[in-house]
Amino acid sequence: MLTDPTTTESGALPDAGLHRGRLAISWASPAFRLALLGAVVLGLAAAYLFTDVPGSLGYALRIRSLTVAAMIVVATAVGVSTVVFHTITQNRILTPSIMGFDAFYVLISTLIVFSSGSAAFLAFDQLTLWLVQVVVMVAFSVLLFTWLFGGKRRSIHLMLLVGIVLGTFFRSFAEWMQRMLDPLDFQVLTDAMFASLTRPDETLLALTAGLVVLGCAAVVPLLRVLDVLTLGEPAAVGLGVDHKRVVMTLFVGVSVMIAASTALVGPILFFGLIVANLAYSWAGSFRHVWTLPTAVLLGMVCLLGGQLVLERVLGYGGTLSTVIDFAGGLFFLYLVLRKGAR
Amino acid sequence: MIALENVTKRYGRQPVVDDVSITFGGEGVTALIGPNGAGKSTLFGLVGRLLSPDAGRVTVDGLDVASTPSGELAKVLAVLRQDNHVAARLTVHDLVEFGRFPHSRGRLTTHDREHIEQAIGYLELDPYRDRFLDELSGGQRQRAFVAMVLAQDTRYVLLDEPLNNLDLRHMTEIMRLVRRMADELGKRVVIVLHDINFAASYADRIVAMRDGVVVADAPAREVMRPDVLAAVYDTPVDVREIDGRPVALYYG
Repeated sequence: MLTDPTTTESGALPDAGLHRGRLAISWASPAFRLALLGAVVLGLAAAYLFTDVPGSLGYALRIRSLTVAAMIVVATAVGVSTVVFHTITQNRILTPSIMGFDAFYVLISTLIVFSSGSAAFLAFDQLTLWLVQVVVMVAFSVLLFTWLFGGKRRSIHLMLLVGIVLGTFFRSFAEWMQRMLDPLDFQVLTDAMFASLTRPDETLLALTAGLVVLGCAAVVPLLRVLDVLTLGEPAAVGLGVDHKRVVMTLFVGVSVMIAASTALVGPILFFGLIVANLAYSWAGSFRHVWTLPTAVLLGMVCLLGGQLVLERVLGYGGTLSTVIDFAGGLFFLYLVLRKGAR
Repeated sequence: MIALENVTKRYGRQPVVDDVSITFGGEGVTALIGPNGAGKSTLFGLVGRLLSPDAGRVTVDGLDVASTPSGELAKVLAVLRQDNHVAARLTVHDLVEFGRFPHSRGRLTTHDREHIEQAIGYLELDPYRDRFLDELSGGQRQRAFVAMVLAQDTRYVLLDEPLNNLDLRHMTEIMRLVRRMADELGKRVVIVLHDINFAASYADRIVAMRDGVVVADAPAREVMRPDVLAAVYDTPVDVREIDGRPVALYYG
């Protein structure tokens, strides 16, 4: 088939599919889409708070609002950190968990159970445990970061590679210790390995929320700079972004948020990937002003929806991560396949 | 002017730019030519502060690249690198908007919008302004990136091999635009080129590099000589005059 050169100039892609894609994206402004998502979150929160109350409403509300508060903190930490991490590393497949945050948490908990037994682990002062975990996780990631990115090498890929290797090492080391635990200790440890949002410690929740707010305070002034970072380091530098300083600030912010919320509820990064990628297609804009809050709200949808299913449908017959991964994974597959078909 | 004073950059122990002192970026178009690995892109990296020199000093209009805030330099010097892969889905307009970042820090004023419109118009991108970059042909995408650099409204524009992977028509199109940018808008364009005939027909001055050293720096016509080009590329090159213009023949 011969094509007139002028038509290839104006329509490099089949126009029908293109228009359909454009329509699907522009049916509403980013603000409207965000508001819609907000309404869904509010609906789910109301459903979680007010339905299926066994006894006194006041008591249920007090307990449940703590869980919702924990969800807000966790969704913010995971959503913001994953999207920022994607932008810094210029890819949409990795999550900060690749830097070994979850693995480190598992290792620390395992070490405690291994060295002093599950009774001691359960009796361990929660605040001390939280503090130790936050400090160690932040210190580890910032060290890794300054070593591989802050110096002369400045290679994000090298940093990720070392992160993956160390993460695997921590995980294997933890597994090796777990194999030598007695079954009761192992049982207690396994319980701690799954994220649980119900009945968080109020002090820890407040502290975590504080750190997450701090992390956000580092990210928010850089929202527009983050947009420029999507162009990649060379272009961003050309446009006058102090790349090293900006990425450093963002990375520390991300580390603090993740470390604090992982220490609060357990490994939570599993749904970051789903949430971030859903946010990119839902937000209708590449700008972080839209993608970041969208990711946070989608995180809320995941957590609230997952918790509702877990409590009301499965009667706690599973874990939150199973529910979210199952539903989220299916939805994600649907999105990918639909995109491929178009 | 862009000035390098005894600048050296090594990868490992191998100097890629070897004690180079040169002043370039005068009015019009300067072409930077040389074989692969001659140090052209490294030189651009040093000027564009993506790389820091192991020795020497780089200044742009007297501003020391090492110590001047990046944001200040971005108002004087715009650099377009070779590979411009963008992970996010941006439209042409979004991309050109980024060119104003050094001036607006992301909050666009009417003045910024005028520059964006001008750049889009100048590169004839009006019909594609709302297209996503991945929906454009190679030539259109390259024009979009040049538009971004143009919107940056800098005195100096550095283009690193902007003709890569373009067909004849789009190469000519880009070169004509570069010429117009220099003649009509007074931009001082420095451009890395592999096709020496493009350099000869569109550039005022040619700087030739080889093995990290500047081996020629003269008006275009003076560099277009068989002995000079053969020495630069280490390959026999014949130069013939066609319609009063020197044309290099190197097809063996």
